[in-house]
Amino acid sequence: MNFKTNLKNLVLIALATLILNACSTAKKADGLDGDVYTGKETVEFLASGVPDRVFFATNKSSLTTKSRETLRKQATFLRKNKNLSVTIEGHADERGTREYNLALGERRANAAKDYLMTYGISGKRISVISYGKERPVNTESTPLAWSQNRRSVTVKIN
Amino acid sequence: MKKNFLFFVILFFLTKPAFALIEVDITRGNLDPLPIAISPLHVDLKSENVDGLNIKDFGINISEIIEKNFKGTGLFNPLKKDAFVQKPDIAHLKPRFEDWRLIKAQALVTGKLLVKDNKLKVEFRLWDLTAAKEMTALAFTTTPSNWRRVAHIISDKIYERLTGEQGYFDTRIIYVAESGPKNKRIKKLAIMDQDGANTKYLTLGNELVLTPRFNPTNQMVTYLSYFRNLPRVYLLDIETGTQEVVGNFPGMTFAPRFSPDGKKIIMSFAKDGNSDIYTMDLETRVVERITENSAIDTSPSFSPDGKFISFNSDRSGLQQIYVMRSDGSNIKRITFGNGIYGTPVWSPRGDLIAFTKMRKGKFYIGVMRTDGSGERLLTENFYQEAPSWSPNGRVLMFYRETKSGPQGKGFSAKLWSIDITGYNERKVSTETDASDPSWSSLLSK
Repeated sequence: MNFKTNLKNLVLIALATLILNACSTAKKADGLDGDVYTGKETVEFLASGVPDRVFFATNKSSLTTKSRETLRKQATFLRKNKNLSVTIEGHADERGTREYNLALGERRANAAKDYLMTYGISGKRISVISYGKERPVNTESTPLAWSQNRRSVTVKIN
Repeated sequence: MKKNFLFFVILFFLTKPAFALIEVDITRGNLDPLPIAISPLHVDLKSENVDGLNIKDFGINISEIIEKNFKGTGLFNPLKKDAFVQKPDIAHLKPRFEDWRLIKAQALVTGKLLVKDNKLKVEFRLWDLTAAKEMTALAFTTTPSNWRRVAHIISDKIYERLTGEQGYFDTRIIYVAESGPKNKRIKKLAIMDQDGANTKYLTLGNELVLTPRFNPTNQMVTYLSYFRNLPRVYLLDIETGTQEVVGNFPGMTFAPRFSPDGKKIIMSFAKDGNSDIYTMDLETRVVERITENSAIDTSPSFSPDGKFISFNSDRSGLQQIYVMRSDGSNIKRITFGNGIYGTPVWSPRGDLIAFTKMRKGKFYIGVMRTDGSGERLLTENFYQEAPSWSPNGRVLMFYRETKSGPQGKGFSAKLWSIDITGYNERKVSTETDASDPSWSSLLSK
């Protein structure tokens, strides 16, 4: 009896370790949280400490906690640089139909724009363009590449 | 399975003797293509020379184009010419049927041509070798530079006579020609004959262009251009080269198609993150909003009678196909299968909708009835989309991207075609990489 419970516990512990390991390696190796990219490989900066882009889940345009943090930094930066205007480019990965992805890119770029506007940036300073899946940043056909391509990028235009 | 097959074979043999004349059934995959002999056309010795054209070879060249067209259907088996037993001019007068039957031909095409006063005169005959009868004959006159179209028109007439369906050889394809690396892809509008000949580039590649579609008379094209970094729907006159933006929308317009009467363009307009479907009348410039929903509504396509519109929307959470009346009323979802669905295109016959389906990392091209029933997936691949119908509603052309090169790091995009039976998948020859094909209607009716 005792032996049996011990064995059961051992199996449970072994299972838990396996699952935890799987999670942590997925996060570390790929820079992915779910299928949202969390790494820095493709990221550029508008200014020191102000990342230019945020990433999205497959077929989604909702902003993650980390995306909101990035956009708040962009808003602070834009408030300090009042003469600056930006274009937000919305992009999708290659795993969708072309026309739907154009709409999806537009929705992602607007999600970022709306967030900047709630942090006091005038909509007049922000233009939006969707490239759908036409301008991938990572040209490979891997889940990692797709996650890096599902993005909105804030670009200075003056 | 085996039982089914047996039944099918018996049915075939039972029905075959009932035909007085040979006939080709194109409603099923053809496992037994009809052996057909296409004799070179006889070139009249009185033919005059025309600068830049090799009249002497017209006879053989025209017969080879017909042969290639027929081979491409998968329904016919054009026989090798070296086995032919009669000279073209004699066979054209009256073939010795038993000699042609000896090489197992069931149908024979003969013809002759004459170039005089800068006109090309062509006549051809189609013979049923089993019944020893002439099935059809036709003569026509055109300018000599039109000789390839002559071959396609003859192909259409023969196809029509043997299958009972309209042909699709005298047609053109407009598509996007692609080159360069994936992240800096250069895209140009290109147009070519259905068999890959006569390619012309309509834009220079300075700006991104996508999704060109013919109008019903094949003179105009609507497409998406990123000219001046403003993605908008454009209208292009192929002959004159004049272009204009369609409408005055304060944002991206995309996914354009013509209405079946050619008077309107239907497209999506994206405003503040929401894409809905609009039409614009090209004459009155009146814009109508057709859908009003916070989800993405795009890829609209009219039914051939103009009464209905199919489109895809993610209003259910994921991309699915819907059908509505052309005024936007009575919206019904028609896809409920596992997976997500996009790019619905109504068949020119009105009976089917072609679509792209995505499921478990695979892309499928398929067809279903217009109420969503009877879904059939024709082809599966890593990535393919954008089906376009042949004018007779029997063949779909689409594009497919495949990995290529060492370690599969490169990629290539090509046009493909497949019969709606699911048989006869073929790569379409293009000069460059290619995507977004749109098939014209028949140029001569």
